[in-house]
This record gives sequence, C-alpha cells and structure tokens, in this order.
Amino acid sequence: MKRERRGIDATSWVVQSVSVIAVAAVAIVVWILVLELFELPPILLPSPQRVLDAAMRERDTLIRGMFSTGIAAAAGLATALLIGSFVAILFSQSRLIRRAFFPYVIFLQTVPIVAIAPLLITWSGYRFRTVVIVTVIISLFPIISNVTAGLMTIERELADLFRMYGAGRIKRLWKLQIPSAVPYLVLGAKISSGLAVIGAIVAEFFVGNGASYDGLGTLMTGWQAMQRTDALIAALFASTLLGLLLFGVVHIVAAVFLRRWTRSETSPGSAS
Amino acid sequence: MNLAPSRTNLTTNVNPSLPLASEIRCEAVELAFSDGTRAVSDVDLRIPAGSITSLVGPSGCGKTSLLRLFAGLEKPSSGRVRLEPMISAVAGEIAFVFQQPTLLPWRTAMENVQLPLELMGRFSKSQRMEIASQLLEDVGLQDAHLKKPHELSGGMRMRVSIARALATSPRVLLLDEPFAALDDILRGQLGELLLELWSLRRFTAVMVTHNIGEAILLSDRVVVMRGGRTDAPRVNPLPRPRTDALRRTVAFGEFYGVISDALREPS
Repeated sequence: MKRERRGIDATSWVVQSVSVIAVAAVAIVVWILVLELFELPPILLPSPQRVLDAAMRERDTLIRGMFSTGIAAAAGLATALLIGSFVAILFSQSRLIRRAFFPYVIFLQTVPIVAIAPLLITWSGYRFRTVVIVTVIISLFPIISNVTAGLMTIERELADLFRMYGAGRIKRLWKLQIPSAVPYLVLGAKISSGLAVIGAIVAEFFVGNGASYDGLGTLMTGWQAMQRTDALIAALFASTLLGLLLFGVVHIVAAVFLRRWTRSETSPGSAS
Repeated sequence: MNLAPSRTNLTTNVNPSLPLASEIRCEAVELAFSDGTRAVSDVDLRIPAGSITSLVGPSGCGKTSLLRLFAGLEKPSSGRVRLEPMISAVAGEIAFVFQQPTLLPWRTAMENVQLPLELMGRFSKSQRMEIASQLLEDVGLQDAHLKKPHELSGGMRMRVSIARALATSPRVLLLDEPFAALDDILRGQLGELLLELWSLRRFTAVMVTHNIGEAILLSDRVVVMRGGRTDAPRVNPLPRPRTDALRRTVAFGEFYGVISDALREPS
C-alpha cells in the first residue's frame, strides 16, 4: 500500500514540475505581451532579457546579498525553533500557562512586522542582530502553534497506556509527546522558512542604509532609489530563490535527521 | 497475510512462576460523568480468576466504561471495583488491549512490546529486549522484530499490541473489541491466538465484543450489558477445547439464541 502511494507521488511530482514550469512560461509571455501592447519604458517594466542581463551583471552582489540575508534568516529560524519548541513544551504542560500566554502568542502573529521594525532598530541598532530579531519574531508563531498542537494531539488510548504503567509527566513528554510532535515541528519550520526570509528582507529595508550591510533588502532599497528597476526585479527573484532554498534545507535536514519520527502514516507533514 | 504457524504442544511451555490470576469484583458500581450522563449503573459482578468473560451489548451500553473501571482508568462514582488478590494497574498487573493497536509509529515491534517494562523501569534494556523477543515469537511474529508498525499488516499490528499487553505478565487482561477492525479470517486466527496465550498463562480475561459467535467460542461466561446495567453472567455450556466446527452444533445454536434474545430484551 505504502509503495503504491509512493508511485503516485512520483508521477504527481512530474505533473507538478511540468505545470509549475508551464505557469512560469505563461507569465513570461504575458510579461512580454504587456511590454509590446503598452510600450512601457524600462524604468517601469524592463523586459525579461534586461532583468536577466542585470542579474548577470550584478551576479556577485546578488549572491553576496542572498548569502547575508540567508544567514540572517537561517539564524532567526533556528532561534525561533529553539524558543518556539521550548514555549510549546511549557504550553503542553499546563492549561493555565496556555490560557494566560496564548493571546500574546497570537499578538506575535497579528503585529505588523513593518510597524515594529523601526522600534527594534531604536532598541538594537542598525545591525545584523536586529535583522535576526525581526526574523525570530515573524518565524515564531507557526512553530509555537504547530508544536503545541503536536504535543497536545495524543491519542487517548496511548495516554491511557502510559498512565496504566505509571509513566509520569516527564516520561510521557519525552517518550510520547515530543516524538509525536516532531512531524508538526517540521511542518512549522517549513511554514516559517518562507516567513524568515520575508522578515529578514523587511528588516534590511530599515537597517540597510545605516550600516555596512549588503543583504537583499538593502540592495532592493538602493536599486529602487537609483531607479534600476531591472536589478530590483532580479533581486526580487533572488529573494524568492532564497526562500525556496531555505525551505529545501529544512526539508533535507528533516529527512536526514528526523526520519525516524516523520516517516510514518500519522505524519501531518506528508501533505506538504 | 500473516498465517501464524499454529502450535500444538503448548503445555510444554507453561511457566509455573507466573503470578496467579485475579478475581474481579464489582459492588454496586456506578459511573456518572460530569455532564450527568450515566455510563454504568448498579453493576454487581464477579469475574472468576483465570476465566475468560465476554461483555456483549449494543453500542453505547457502557461496556468500554466498565472495562475502563476494571483497569483503574476511571474511578467509580459510587460502589467499588476490587481485584482479589489486591493488585494495582500501575504495577503492571492489569493490561489493556485497545480496539486499535495503538503502537508508537516510530518504534520497532520489539521496542513497542518492551514499552510497558521500560515505562515501569523494570529490567535492563537487554533483558527487556529478550522478553520482547520471546513474546513476539509467542504471538507468531518471529520475523518482525525490527519492523515498524507501518510495515506491518493490521493483523500483525494487533499481534504486537497483544504481545505488548503481556509484557508485564499481567494477572488481568482487558480487551476492548480487539478484533473489530479485522476481517473474519484474521479475527478467527487472533481469537485462537488469544486462547493459546491464555492456556499458557491463565490470566483473567475480560473481552468486549459485538460478535456473539466470537464471545461463545472464546469465553467461559458471557455478560450481556444494556443501558449501563449488566445481566447475571451466563455460563457457557460448551466444552473446551473449542474449534470452529462447534458453530454447527445444536448447543452452540441454543446458547447463541439465549444471548441474542437477552440482547433484544428492553433494558
């Protein structure tokens, strides 16, 4: 049964890849048509060729930008995973703690990150550290909520079983809840990997000019000011690529190190 | 498919050092939930040590609640449940087999079977693995030690679940519709397995089932339950050992009729 399902996955992967490429092709055709029809100046909308040229010309700068932003996003994501898991474990242990603090966790989700970035710069300065802090804040919510759900979603029978053999809180947490929550942690990390890149770039919009910092967000604000729209769009693609890369890293790390807990029928991450 | 070799010379394996079975006694037991619903009312019941008793009844009649009371997973609202000699569930003297195998998906069959001993901190790891390995052989899974649950069929998973329940050599084994999710052939095989294990170990077994035929083939007594109340246990007149051929006998048909009539009576 399992093998059959994997077979279907393989064909659907091919179908998916082809359809993704098809959508990109259609988008580029529409892009070119819009240029032809409306005769837009390159400063508003450069042609795909100009964007590609700009990307090649600024290749080294873009790669350095992706690297800086990537390090900030990865550091923020890793910190959010540590803090988020710890908070989720606390939440799983007491309903009182959960009820008292969960509204503030929702605050993390609803606060506009663009609105608090300037405040964080006031507190933490125009530096790499600030970018990481913004990234942590934006990445934290999916991790806390997913891991908490994973720790709390325990089959009643399994909980009974642990109770019948006198397993206390710690044993239940360590041998039942945490292993059950691993697939949820991976799911949370995948959701947050995209958010982390967004957080890092938004933070760089604010931090950029104030420090010797060359992240993608810094490059974007710079190129926008210079009206270099082709390079700006190239940077946009670079940020998308960075988001995909970080997602891929999470996927591979999970597949290599967390296989034991994620490769089973009960995995909620199998849908992603 | 998992066709376990059926073993015949069972008596050679009897372990005399196993603890004695326990009698279960219920005295005016009631279980009411906080929302006012009564799952179990006024149950007086004695389940003899070393017997197999089936609990039959329509869905929602309180069978599972009664089983959970036996297991100590629920406390009676009034009355009491006693086990003679006095034992407690925490000491691993009572084991529960659920309707689903409820195995930990990240653990191998062997790691699942030794879980009760691990949770209780009994024995060294290598001793636990040895016990688990023996139990897996006892349930006919000698080749599945290192398989994960998702690599096993439904019947094999249930065998692992039964092996796990026996890890602590319990005096009382409670089974909540253990074979309900399996097809008829597997159901028959697992019923036979249960009888084999019981004849070796002589625990007290209480099994909830919807299947009257299964109840008759496996148990010494059948308790009919309706609306939270139990009838007096009906003693099974059929001799042991029982085989599937008994289903064609008049005695089987008569006892079947008695139970299905009792189930139809208004509660």
